[in-house]
Order: sequence, then structure tokens, then C-alpha cells
Amino acid sequence: MENLIQSLTERVKQAASNNTPLAIHGGNSKSFYGGAIRGDALDLRAYTGIIDYEPKELVLTVRAGTPLQEIETALEAAGQMLPFEPPYYADTATIGGTVATGLSGPRRPYTGAVRDFVLGTRIINGKGEDLSFGGRVIKNVAGYDVSRLMTGAMGTLGVLLDISFKVLPKPTDEITLRFEMDEATAIQRFNEWAGKPLPISATSWHQGVAMVRLSGAAAGVKAAREKLGGEAVADAQAFWRDLRDHRAPFFEDAEPLRRLSVPSTTSPLSLDLPQWIEWGGALRWVKGAADVKVLREKIASVGGHATLFRHGDKSVGVFHPLAPVLAKIHVNLKAAFDPDNILNPGRMDNFS
Amino acid sequence: MAALPETNIAASRAALAGRLSGILPPDALLTEAEDLKPYECDGLSAYRALPMLAVLPQTVEEVQRILRVATETETKVVARGSGTGLSGGATPLGDGILMSMAKFNRIVSVDPLARTARVQPGVRNQKISEEVAYLGLYYAPDPSSQIACSIGGNVAENSGGVHCLKYGLTVHNILKIEVVTIEGETATIGSDALDSPGYDLLALITGSEGMLGITTEVTVKLVPKPQLARVVMASFDDVEKAGDAVANVIGAGIVPAGLEMMDKLATEAVEDFVHAGYDLDAEAILLCESDGTPEEVEEEIAKMETVMKASGATACRTSNSESERLKFWSGRKAAFPAVGRISPDYYCIDGSIPRRALAPTLRRTEELSKKYGLRCANVFHAGDGNLHPLILFDANVEGELERTEAVAAELLELCIEYGGTITGEHGVGIEKINQMCSQFSDAEREMFFAVKRAFDEKLLLNPGKAIPTLNRCAEYGRMRVSGGKMPHSDIPRF
Repeated sequence: MENLIQSLTERVKQAASNNTPLAIHGGNSKSFYGGAIRGDALDLRAYTGIIDYEPKELVLTVRAGTPLQEIETALEAAGQMLPFEPPYYADTATIGGTVATGLSGPRRPYTGAVRDFVLGTRIINGKGEDLSFGGRVIKNVAGYDVSRLMTGAMGTLGVLLDISFKVLPKPTDEITLRFEMDEATAIQRFNEWAGKPLPISATSWHQGVAMVRLSGAAAGVKAAREKLGGEAVADAQAFWRDLRDHRAPFFEDAEPLRRLSVPSTTSPLSLDLPQWIEWGGALRWVKGAADVKVLREKIASVGGHATLFRHGDKSVGVFHPLAPVLAKIHVNLKAAFDPDNILNPGRMDNFS
Repeated sequence: MAALPETNIAASRAALAGRLSGILPPDALLTEAEDLKPYECDGLSAYRALPMLAVLPQTVEEVQRILRVATETETKVVARGSGTGLSGGATPLGDGILMSMAKFNRIVSVDPLARTARVQPGVRNQKISEEVAYLGLYYAPDPSSQIACSIGGNVAENSGGVHCLKYGLTVHNILKIEVVTIEGETATIGSDALDSPGYDLLALITGSEGMLGITTEVTVKLVPKPQLARVVMASFDDVEKAGDAVANVIGAGIVPAGLEMMDKLATEAVEDFVHAGYDLDAEAILLCESDGTPEEVEEEIAKMETVMKASGATACRTSNSESERLKFWSGRKAAFPAVGRISPDYYCIDGSIPRRALAPTLRRTEELSKKYGLRCANVFHAGDGNLHPLILFDANVEGELERTEAVAAELLELCIEYGGTITGEHGVGIEKINQMCSQFSDAEREMFFAVKRAFDEKLLLNPGKAIPTLNRCAEYGRMRVSGGKMPHSDIPRF
């Protein structure tokens, strides 16, 4: 593997000296996401395998090209999980792409996001330097938290090599409850329930139906179920997986799909577009044609941001524009990590 | 860096005070030595310096004005909260401005439905939980200094606490911060939503030791207060067995609310002090806490007791009331002052290791303690691998501080060797700046400087802390070659 790292490092150095951009990829399961892809492909799939996993440490270290499936299978065997419930979008998903896109699944508001569980990374920066930040221990405050900075940076700051995560035991019991209620009531309830000591691990609202997943020790789940009411759902696992991976029919057509990340208590947005709410109200998926400028202004006015997630016209920008003061810091950071602008240029398209 | 001659400092002080007095209320500017004295050190009191002058802004506009003057005059700025930091992150610079955020002491608003609070950086950590207790909510990170430490300092150091294995560090419990850049511009980092567009600057700034911007407001997450908490106290006749018990608890699929270990010297010191009922025959005791609904706690406590006994606990007691639980914890919480009673001085180490390296690390600690003739009490956030060996010494005895620093340096190098880190939660500051040379390569440290320059091109915010220069590391490398201990402990450390 050290030979492979050597050759990856050489590729980056060469690209920097020739000024030819590189398009970093793993399983291409999320290539639809982010700004347009340009540059020579830099395939990380050969850089694969679990480096270190000791369940009693709650720490896992893996190579970026490792298939997500392989990792989750290994964790499952030890009764543990990646607590952010990573979306796959396709079976080919790798852990590198998971961290680079920074996307988390239904459990996110209740347990944390990808960035909350990244402990350390080894990367190649745009100068072809092989660098390690963070570590394999749960508490670590030596130096700036560059590893979390890599999370969600769309590969624009470095090629991810190794990543260490904190993992958690998988809850032993799980049940999903179904309620019929309107959008405003669902948002209100989700927020009220999150303020109570209940083992909620996922929430969803779509077309008048709210779903609430409870996960934890048997006694706690049972007590919470009695408190909340609702009716138990059979085959709930498939429901949450289809929502996580956008396999539900709502997500399957070619309409522009927007990801609206808003404060969880935001009242119904009344956008007149088909909508699916999760994350206790903090994530609202809408699809269909919309005036981007009007939409962004509206979402910004409630304290959120809008991303064009899939399909639609990317030329108007995929990510929400940054305030000038932040855009300047982004430009500086990009130049610090990748002075020749060769790593996934344009994939994060809200500053330049 | 050589200190400026005193006459130059006086001239610079006068010039700068002239500029600042025009933009600040009179009581917000301190220039007399007697007024500056309270700011000469933080919790790492071995390192002291009088700042050139101190400012106590009360509004964001005042912070902006001060930083604009600092930028124009290229004057360094060190921000300070409550000054409880243990690594010298807020130690002033003799040729710099010390900015106290003490007047930013308001809880701006609480949103019960969203479970968030907007607080100013000078608000004490514990004050937040007290303020929202009536809602059944609290702010989870609970550093031992929580009665005094400020939330701004917590953000600067990414503070943890005894409950962070389950509830996370500061970085996991804040949503948004308002900062002022060194150029005096305001910026909102993070948001009231669960994520923000662009790079994760919130994570980058948390734990950056005041080197990237000045925080003027923090939006924290509040979480439901568990209905019940109980703690199991288990005794072991061998430290390694206690270490195995820790691994077995985690291996059984339990994430305890807190999991702490103390060795014999530590329990003796605290028992004498607070009478927590600790087993004085034990070589090590573990405190293992469960919290949640009564049903959850009952189930988890039963599991914990089974694991402790199977791991060879010689005694096992579980708290049966809130007052008993607090009594069990009182000893752990008082560990530092208790050790302070049995020794004129003590030095706290803050390394983190993978838990499996616990036994060899403790053995090595004992060897070093014998080799250097210094007693060492071990207090340990066992659940997350964060060691706090307390080395007992007397600064008035010639050579003891130097020997203590030598033990600390060797132990931190050992943490790095085991894949751990030189600081789990106290920060690098000036205290551990040399060990940064061992943990990171030249290129990695240069990358840190590049990050700093992305925010602070002229390196004016808290310079000389956290990230050592190449020169400094070269010098440290030469010193380590000559025997592993730190000669010339009188040279300026920043």
C-alpha cells in the first residue's frame, strides 16, 4: 500500500507541476452531487481495506477506497455501527466519498453527523505532501482540527487516504411508529419530543404521515413507545433505507431535487413543491422547478441554506453562496492546501 | 523571540493607549502595572508575563475597533475568558494586547423548542445549565472547572468533561459562533440549521486556541436532562484488571455516561479530603455511570455490575440515591485539589492513548516516577483514553520542576508512540508546544501555519501558541538529543 501512496503522491505532484486538474473518485455513487466534475480521474478504489478495528476501543481506521458495505459488515459482526447512518445512493459507495461529501443519514440529528465521528485523517494535499492530522483516540486537541475540515470539503483540500472514526454500539432494540398528522403539527411534535429524554433515532414526514424511529435498550424503547402512541410499522428497516438512499419513488424521477437545511423549528415553508421532511424538521427535500434566487433568499431568511442536490441546472450554482467574509477565508484555505487549484476544482462552487 | 527592551514597550504602550483611548470607554482600557497584574497568567501559573496593556470590550463594535487598531499597528492580541486554561493559551504577550471577554457575560436568549441558547463568550459553562434547568434541559460538556470556566474558553480549547464519551466535546455541542476577524470584520460561522454551506469552519475554529478569530457569541445545543443517573463504584486489586474491566464494559455494548479510574495514591488523597467512602485497599477504583430513563438505567446498571464482577472486581457498590451518587463523584471531582493538599505543587499531564495501551503506559509511568524520584497519582478518563497523571513535586526544591518536566516530556512522547496524542483536552498553548514537534512533521506544522494565515495573515492573534515554528522544533530536537530532558528551563517559552 505504501507503493500505492507513493504513486498517488507522484500523480498529485505531477498534476501540480503541469497544472492539470484531478477528479478524485471512489465508487462514483455520489458523482451527481456538487459542482461539475473536470480533470483527469484519480481513482482511489485500489487503496482499500480496514487498517485497524478493535471493537473495545470504539475506533475504526480504514483506507479511503474501502467500500462502505465492507465496513458496515465488519462493524455489524461486532454489534457496532457508523453512528451517522451514511447514505449509499449506490452499492459502490466508498468511505472516502462518504467523508468527502459529508452527507449523513436519518440518525444525524439524534447521534451526530459524519464530521462528529471523524477522529483523524491522512491526506495528500495539493502539493503532493503526505500529511496526518488528528489521530486514533477519542479526545485530541493537538493542532487545528484539519480532519473535520476535510469532511464535506468535496475533495477540494486534499486526497483522503486513511480515516479514523469513533464508532458506537448498535442499539439492541428498534421500533418505528406511524402517526397521521399535518406538516405543522409534525414539525412541532418532532421538536417537542427531541426535548424529552426519549430514544428517538430518526423522524420523517411526507404526505400527512409522520414516522418516528426509536432505538436503544429494550426497556427504554418499550417505555417510549407507550408514551408516544402511534402504530408500529412492519418492515420499517426498508422504509428508512429507502429514505436514506433516495430509493423511495418520491426521489426517483428526474425533477431537480433540492436539499433545504433549515433550523428544525422552521414553520412549513409553503413552497408549493412536493416535499419530504426528515431530521426532526431540519432537513426538507423539495423537488420541481423553482426560481433559484427567490428560493435561496427565502431559505436564507429563515437561517438555512439551499443546495441543488440532484438533476437540474448546475450553472446557477449548486451550493448556497457564501458571505463575502467567509468566501475570502475559503479562497485562502483552498490556496493553502492546494495552491495550484488542481484538486477537484469547482466541485465546491460557492466561492472562487 | 527576544523580548523587547522595556523602554520600547513603554513607548509602544503609550502610543497604543493613545489610539485605543479614543475608541473605548475609559474603564475598558488598563495600562498600569497594578491593573495588569491579574492578567499575567491563566491556569498554567508557572508562566507569567504582564501584557503591554489590557482591554475589556463590552460590545462587538468595540472588539471590531480594537482589532482594526491591532491590524493597523501590527500589534499582537491574546483573548482571555475566565483564565482557567491549563496550557497557557491565554498567557499574555509582553508586547501585545490582552483582550478580556469578561464583560460579554449575558445569556442572550434561550429557545426551548429548538433546544438552543445564544450566549456571550464570558458566560460560565455551568451558568448555562443552571439557567435552563427549569426546561428539563442542560448543556452537556462539563469540564471539571465548569463553575468558573467560560464558554468562549471552552470553544477555544474544545473542552470535554467526564461525560464526553457519551455526550461529546464542545465541537459536538455548539451550532454557531459569531466571530470578529483580526481585520475587524464580523463573520457568522455555522448556523441554526444542522449544517452550513462551504467548509466546516466551525470545527476548524473550535479548539484553535484563539488563533483564528475572536468569538463574540456562541449558540449552544441543549439536551434533555436524563431522568435518572446511577453510578457503579468497583474496586480492583490490580490496575491492569481495572483497565481490562474498562475494555469489557465497552465490549459489552455499553456507552457509559462517565467512566473514570483512580489509582491508590489518588484515592488516598481524596478520601482524606472529602470522605467519599472509597475503598482504600484497592489498587484502583472505577466509577461507571449510567443515565437515562429509570427503565434504561436499571437494565444498564445490571449489565455494568455483571461486567465488573466478571472482570475481577473485589468490591462493587452502586449508588441508591442522588446524594450517594454525588458522594461517589465528589472524590473524583476533588482529585486535583486533594492532590494539591498532599504536595506543595503538582503537574497535570493530559495525554490520550488507545485504551489497549493503558497497562504499559501505567507501568511506564511508575518506572519514570521511581527513576526521577517523584510520586505520581493517576486520575484517568478511562472511557475515552485520556490520562491525567499528576506528578507531585516541590518547586522550592532545586531541580524538582525540571525533573517533573522531564517525566512529562517522556510520558507525552510515549503517548505519541502508542498512536495517541500529547493533549486530550487541555490544549497545547505554550505548555506542550515542544511536543508538537514530535507529534507532527515539518510539513504538517507548516500546513497549520498556512491555515492560520488563511484567517490571520500577519500572525497577530495569539501568536507563539499551539503551533511551534520550524526553528523552535529544530532547537527542541537538539535539546532532546542531549539527554531527553529539558535544560535551560529559564529560557522564554514564547
